[in-house]
Amino acid sequence: MLGQLLSSLTDGLLLGFVYGLAAVGLSLIWGVMTVINLAHGPVIALGMFGTYLLFLKGGCNPYLALLAVAGMGLVFGFLIYGVAVHRVLNAPHLSTLLATFAVNMILIGVGTAVFTTSPHNIDFSLGSLEVGPITVPATRLVAALGAILFTAALYLFLYFTRPGKAIRAVANNRKAAELMGIPSAWILALSFGLGTMLAAVAGGLISTFFPFTILSGGPYELKSFVICVLGGLGNPLGALIGGLLLGGLEGLIPTFMPVSWVPVVEFGLFILVLLFKPSGLLGAK
Amino acid sequence: MKSKGVCLVAGLAILGLILGLSPLGAAEKKVVIGFTASQTGKLNVEGMRQVNGLNLWVDQVNAKGGAKLPDGTVVKFEAKFYDDESKKERVQELYTRLINQDKADFLISPYSSGLADAAAVISQQNNRILITAGAASDSTYKKGFSLVFQTYTPASRYLTGAIDLLAKMDPQAKKVAIINEKDKFSTDVVNALKAYATDKGYQVVLFEGYEPGATDFAPFINKIPAGVDAVMGGGHFADTSTFAKQLFEKGMKAKMVALLVAPPEDKFAELGEAANGVIGPSQWEPQAKYSPEAAKAEGKEWYGPTVKEFTETYRAKAKEEPTYHSAGGYVAGLLLQKAIEQSGATDTAKVKEVLDALDIYTFYGRVKFDATPKNHGLQLGHDMIYIQWQKDAQGKLFKQVVWPEASKTGEVAPYRTK
Repeated sequence: MLGQLLSSLTDGLLLGFVYGLAAVGLSLIWGVMTVINLAHGPVIALGMFGTYLLFLKGGCNPYLALLAVAGMGLVFGFLIYGVAVHRVLNAPHLSTLLATFAVNMILIGVGTAVFTTSPHNIDFSLGSLEVGPITVPATRLVAALGAILFTAALYLFLYFTRPGKAIRAVANNRKAAELMGIPSAWILALSFGLGTMLAAVAGGLISTFFPFTILSGGPYELKSFVICVLGGLGNPLGALIGGLLLGGLEGLIPTFMPVSWVPVVEFGLFILVLLFKPSGLLGAK
Repeated sequence: MKSKGVCLVAGLAILGLILGLSPLGAAEKKVVIGFTASQTGKLNVEGMRQVNGLNLWVDQVNAKGGAKLPDGTVVKFEAKFYDDESKKERVQELYTRLINQDKADFLISPYSSGLADAAAVISQQNNRILITAGAASDSTYKKGFSLVFQTYTPASRYLTGAIDLLAKMDPQAKKVAIINEKDKFSTDVVNALKAYATDKGYQVVLFEGYEPGATDFAPFINKIPAGVDAVMGGGHFADTSTFAKQLFEKGMKAKMVALLVAPPEDKFAELGEAANGVIGPSQWEPQAKYSPEAAKAEGKEWYGPTVKEFTETYRAKAKEEPTYHSAGGYVAGLLLQKAIEQSGATDTAKVKEVLDALDIYTFYGRVKFDATPKNHGLQLGHDMIYIQWQKDAQGKLFKQVVWPEASKTGEVAPYRTK
């Protein structure tokens, strides 16, 4: 029983870091511009396919490919922001919701046409690590480390660089930041780009151990919402901790009840947090 | 005047040619065979193999001049199909279209029990015979349909043989863990498996299902108690391959791992070390030992190509090794051909009558349908064989038939015990 508990918890937590990374992306965009990015899921899936294509066609190590995927994610984020988000940013929330939902549908449509909905797989293994009763595939371990690295890099960027500080200033008070001479349009685009970059990287990390289709981003997008609410919307550190919490729960719940109960408990928790602590466990930004 | 004469002669000559060329005695009929193919979506690997088999049959029967009826009529077949994207909604829409717009005379099901079940409703409503290929679930044949006929061994007999094999492998074995996809087919399989295992005195230590499309099996694998003798279950190709991969990565120790659908596929060997030792039930394998002689010895009729002929022509056309999905597609067409030839007609009622009474051997093995109203169309004659991925002297993976005794090509080996 203890062995099962330990290995379930380890699996859950390792996955939780990657959930957290995806959620940090969503949380950042909400925190800076109060936009719920419904194109988050397909961007995660595109991250998976980006890594896949670089690995398969480019013969690239998947972890090296992640750097390229991160770059492409950033540029892609600029593009989505410029095309679909910027003009409706000051309109009511429903407009940005619909705009990003449209992007979501376009990406899924194009993705289905190009990649079909057949499962793809990155055939890459680093072996397994065995410690006592716990056996962990090394790819999951590396993915967790990758997620920690990217979150740390984001933290350093936000706190120790000029553009990072500008992002925080815009998130805090856009009007005041503009008055201080911060080009808010660029900063918003950059934030959106960073958010999509993190989603794409999370997708890339997941693709090293799970098979995927263009629709695979959906469940992670939903998890990201739960995590963001858990950790406090707009609070990236909260998102990472929320991810760990959700991952840990996903690991632990199946030890005591059938695995199909996991979403029931997860979303039950979501409603409870919304009802009793809407600002999230760590408080909103 | 002269030119008129020339015209007349030329006209008569052409008329003569036309009359001379057309075989006035033998009428030719065209029969449209309608089906959908999962060219995309989660079932595309198995689905396309089935379609390759079916298309091979159409090509072969037409190349031989079609099916010949007792009254001399020659029946040529035309295949009509669409991509169903592995989706139920598409299947119902497309079968309606096949019947109403494309005027399909007979139907063949898409791959998988779920999709075939969707097609069965439409075919029954429109009074068309549906031969199901790649659809093993029992429940479709317990709904009172009278025009649906199953080529596969039903799901209820899919994994029961693995229990018999386990008993032979290790009489001490007691604990079985069952983890399956929660779709129609896999659920039918494991319910029958669980009942059979319990009946034989085994203890089912874990019995859980995962959602179709699941990719993370760690929560299930973590729940398998230590000291388990066999892990059984799975679902379809994509999820089962991932399940096998993660079982290996998580260091699973058991005497037997027997999973559905994926192991018999050659693509399964791409898992490398994770494929080694995995057992899978198969409807048919190229090593199968069915022959006209053996059929004769049983007093049954043999129909169609031999195992070798099918295997070679399929390999030449599809540029891949045939699997049971390919064989299932081919035999679905072959059975229709047999029934049309024997009934001497192409109308639903007469062909159904022949199918109801059919009991023959083909390269695919024995085929006999249940004709009782309660289980109409259920396959009674056909049996499963079990393959295991093993390593040869060079360390290369190959498929060994390990069960039943009569068909095996080698001994079964344990999955991983240390």
